[in-house]
Amino acid sequence: MKNFSAAAFAATASLCASAPAMAQTIDEQVNAVFASSTGWFVSFIFSPFPGTSFPWIVAWLVVAATIFTLYFGFIQFKAFPHSIALVRGDYSDPNDAGEVSHFQALATALSGTVGLGNIAGVAVAVGIGGPGATFWMVLAGLMGMASKFTECTLGVKYRNEYADGTVSGGPMYYMTKGFEERGFPAGKVLAVVFAVFCILGALGGGNMFQANQAHAQISNVVGDYPGWITGIIFAGIVFAVIVGGLKSIASVTEKVVPFMGVLYVVTALVIILMNADKIGWAFGQIFEGAFSGLGVAGGMVGALIQGFKRAAFSNEAGVGSAAIAHSAVRTKEPITEGFVSLLEPFIDTVVICTMTALVIIITGQLVADPTTGLYLLNESGSAIQTVEGNSGVALTSAAFSSAFGWFQYVLVIAVVLFAFSTMISWSYYGLKAWTFLFGEGKSKELVFKILFCIFVVIGAAASLGPVIDFSDAAIFAMAVVNIIALYALMPIVKKEMNSYLSRLKSGEIKKFK
Amino acid sequence: MSKKIVVGYDGSEGAANALEFAAGLAKASGAGLVIAHVLEWSPYTFLTPNEIEERHARRKEELERADKAVLAPVLKKLEGSGLEVTSALRYGHIAETLIKIAEEEHVEHLVIGRTGHSSLSTRIFGSVAGSLAQAAPVPITIVP
Repeated sequence: MKNFSAAAFAATASLCASAPAMAQTIDEQVNAVFASSTGWFVSFIFSPFPGTSFPWIVAWLVVAATIFTLYFGFIQFKAFPHSIALVRGDYSDPNDAGEVSHFQALATALSGTVGLGNIAGVAVAVGIGGPGATFWMVLAGLMGMASKFTECTLGVKYRNEYADGTVSGGPMYYMTKGFEERGFPAGKVLAVVFAVFCILGALGGGNMFQANQAHAQISNVVGDYPGWITGIIFAGIVFAVIVGGLKSIASVTEKVVPFMGVLYVVTALVIILMNADKIGWAFGQIFEGAFSGLGVAGGMVGALIQGFKRAAFSNEAGVGSAAIAHSAVRTKEPITEGFVSLLEPFIDTVVICTMTALVIIITGQLVADPTTGLYLLNESGSAIQTVEGNSGVALTSAAFSSAFGWFQYVLVIAVVLFAFSTMISWSYYGLKAWTFLFGEGKSKELVFKILFCIFVVIGAAASLGPVIDFSDAAIFAMAVVNIIALYALMPIVKKEMNSYLSRLKSGEIKKFK
Repeated sequence: MSKKIVVGYDGSEGAANALEFAAGLAKASGAGLVIAHVLEWSPYTFLTPNEIEERHARRKEELERADKAVLAPVLKKLEGSGLEVTSALRYGHIAETLIKIAEEEHVEHLVIGRTGHSSLSTRIFGSVAGSLAQAAPVPITIVP
């Protein structure tokens, strides 16, 4: 990766110098075409309930997470210790050594979800919704654990196992097979609709948003230059991996990403501890802002919408992508993967996102009126004024570098790696949906892979607003279909859960360690 | 219960020496011989989505290959020796897994070559033979 970064910087530096004027117009053109062609889709997904400013899709996700939490009796808290025991391998049969372990399935799924949502998305949430958005984000993360539990159990239960030993799983499969089993109609239709949205989600949040914010972070450090240059370099590397089968890049990323994640959290913790005297104040801001808004656009509802939206976008609970990632684990009990997967929103949202939010709040990036204590809005009134007037990943970067100047360079590497690993994961999810629709086959798969690479360039070149809107819309559209299926199939999960828990209690399910 | 000797075997020259020594020992004492081959594996490594999807199939291939290329030739060679030979093929941390096999099979003696296939990592993290010398639950012979 080192070589790649160095090459990327060198290439961009030389290109910047030669063609800035022409390049800016390319970026502008891409942006205009992109914004106008996706607008209708975005406004449909985010249309508010009549007479309010509350988008129906946010309610849809939160209501679902609440229903799953209640239906499964707060399983995310009750099963938490057991989940950790499963990940540690306490219940893994030693004879299955060499198969995908619970830990590996979780780690891979996490490297798909832990990404820019945690760094840039949280900054967007706190930048628009204020500190209060953090409260709603954590709440959504805790509830989302139940959604994840439901979808991943189903993902494993209804996966396809082929003669050559490979497996394919995900919402497409539980929609078709699960609905058939319960005698419900339209499972196949739902699966097709989901697959279409999954492809859009893969191109949006799993691709363009990542490319966009990676470019933002690189140009934030090396100076402004046209986005399509980053896009082409990124697309080239993604192409080498997913089309050229260059496995080494993917496996190196897969190994470095967890360490970057740990480094990120540790640095955040150090910054928070350095400002230990402000921790109480920061939590005060979070709770106060959660219910009053502290002057942010939209008040309390504004904070809540931002918190819920960014949590869902970051941990993908209810979206269905994790069901694809988790379905390859080796286990005789599908429910065990459900237990393991509920750790994902916890690590992603409750731990990592909260760290980002706390660092932004504690380092005083948001400008408040000293007399009223309310946050000041920027010129357009769309977000809170920040010290340096930045948003997204640049805001996170400013917050971290205010404590450690060198961290912005670490963050560039982290952002590029996170973006890259998320892209690789989503290219896989998108491909699974694509082959579900069009069938497997080398040339069919190639069409999707090339399309995926083209969208990397578009994502890097377009400006943040339209990209983030489309990315959100596409990911949430997946949730619309997926959650319908989860409602229909949740009694199956409950049966599995009760049977497993009673066998665990009776000692029929034994610890191996 | 009859006596048993387990020998760690990975197809390397060092392992061949160890096997020869263990076979001689078994013949002299009338013990059974367990030839153990461990495929290095940790459940805590990181895999890409593609690797995860193919893991089950790869594992089958790896086991078949190990059986055919590593274990089958030596089992065949020892066929006419009059020794009671069995084999064990496992995934895991090499030293830990050999210890586990030794415990499960109630063996009396562990034999291992001083150097196996690994080279660079051995110099950094210590060798299988080194860790076994420290942790083996039964007497161990390290064959140069």
